Amino acid sequence: MNEKQILSVDDIRRAITRIGHEIAERNEGVRNVVLVGIRRRGVPLAQRIAATLLDFEGVKVPVGTLDITLYRDDLALRGPAPVVHSTSIPLDITGRVVVLVDDVLYTGRTVRAALDALSDLGRPERTQLAVLVDRGHRELPIRADFVGKNVPTSSEERIETKLQEIDHVDDGVFIVR
Amino acid sequence: MPAKNTTTVPAPEAAPRRRHVLDLDDFSAAEIAEVLETTASMKEVLGRSIKQVPALRGKNVVNMFFEDSTRTRISFELAARSLSANVVSMSAKGSSVEKGESLMDTMRTLQALGADVIVMRHSEAGAPYFLAQHFHGSILNAGDGRHAHPTQGLLDLFTIQERFGRIEGLKVVIVGDILHSRVARSDLWGLTKMGAQVTLCAPPTLLGPTAFWLATWPDVTITSNLDEAIAGADVVMTLRLQKERQQAGLLPSLREYNRLFAITPERMAKAAPEAIVMHPGPMNEGVEIMPEVAVSSQSVIETQVTNGVAVRMALLYRLAGE
Repeated sequence: MNEKQILSVDDIRRAITRIGHEIAERNEGVRNVVLVGIRRRGVPLAQRIAATLLDFEGVKVPVGTLDITLYRDDLALRGPAPVVHSTSIPLDITGRVVVLVDDVLYTGRTVRAALDALSDLGRPERTQLAVLVDRGHRELPIRADFVGKNVPTSSEERIETKLQEIDHVDDGVFIVR
Repeated sequence: MPAKNTTTVPAPEAAPRRRHVLDLDDFSAAEIAEVLETTASMKEVLGRSIKQVPALRGKNVVNMFFEDSTRTRISFELAARSLSANVVSMSAKGSSVEKGESLMDTMRTLQALGADVIVMRHSEAGAPYFLAQHFHGSILNAGDGRHAHPTQGLLDLFTIQERFGRIEGLKVVIVGDILHSRVARSDLWGLTKMGAQVTLCAPPTLLGPTAFWLATWPDVTITSNLDEAIAGADVVMTLRLQKERQQAGLLPSLREYNRLFAITPERMAKAAPEAIVMHPGPMNEGVEIMPEVAVSSQSVIETQVTNGVAVRMALLYRLAGE
């Protein structure tokens, strides 16, 4: 197995800060913004973006957690006995700008499921998508509004994200071949 | 080839996908914990204004109820619909069963009609097991004779865990007609696997041979003295007394049963301060439980009903990936 690091701890920190600035700029401030992390690694990323926004905008942006297991269209193809985790959105998202946050954007199927899930929870004024890495190979017409890094990959390669909060090791993004 | 004297430790395998749910006897504590976790997420779905997710879109669930049970049938129907499955319910009454069709033939017809999951309630113990040997999809036991009621067992476990944050170490008393109760049997499997201390309390005529219970669940305590059993209990679970038991000569009178085995406020005062009262329904208020207990803040009877839908969603979801 061949593993190559493409983002370091500092790269990830900078990417998150930049995404935070872009979210604030695009939405003319963040007073109406709600960050919703897609489980699992989207959640700590959303929390980090919120911390950045508190820093330079002085606004405490609410952060929600979205589990999309029940919205996937590949139940029969997946491993044994999937466990469904919790979804928790701290407020009514109707009329708000929801920024979905995930670590890697690949086929777009996870985001499609997340959009379906969101539409059952309320009717946001707008929904935007922030990802740490966009690796291409889309199977659906979906694109990210905020991207930490574009990483052209082959479909034989895998992208692995490690985050302190979940993996208990230093942050890093790797291409695994 | 591995070198000599080295032990190969197999990687931990995820539990194989379950095809049927017939009772809790073949569930591990880990699988029960997984189901309870999924149940919590299903309950979150039921709390939304749109109480539906697309997880089982395109799946056909057939409720095959050969014994009347409005509450359980509706609970299963709502669970399947909340997961976007197609649901049809049939009862033996008015169906080909009345015209003499066998259980096997009925199952084959449902299979040919495209049933993916059959939810089955039957008055004979073992009927769902028979179907499970032949049906190509999944069988979910919704109660068979006096044998098993796994969804009730799981919803009871979920309700207890929701209230106390754990099941292990809690003192649970099951009171009433234990001999004829499938609920008690499934609860016993679930509670003992999850580490609760269970006491069975019943008049000897509604318990049967003590040796039978101890052979299967050696750690349970058995008594006929409710006042002793309830002292310090965290969970008091009372069972419905079927009135025909008196006609069958198993009880001298309902009044005597009520005096010795009913859950009264005075008896609840002897339980632990945070104790809860459970009942699988339907209740005979004034027989096995006094009305003031049934509606007290200690009663979680309505919560059990709500949780029943969420538990059934969790199980249907687990089965329907096949």
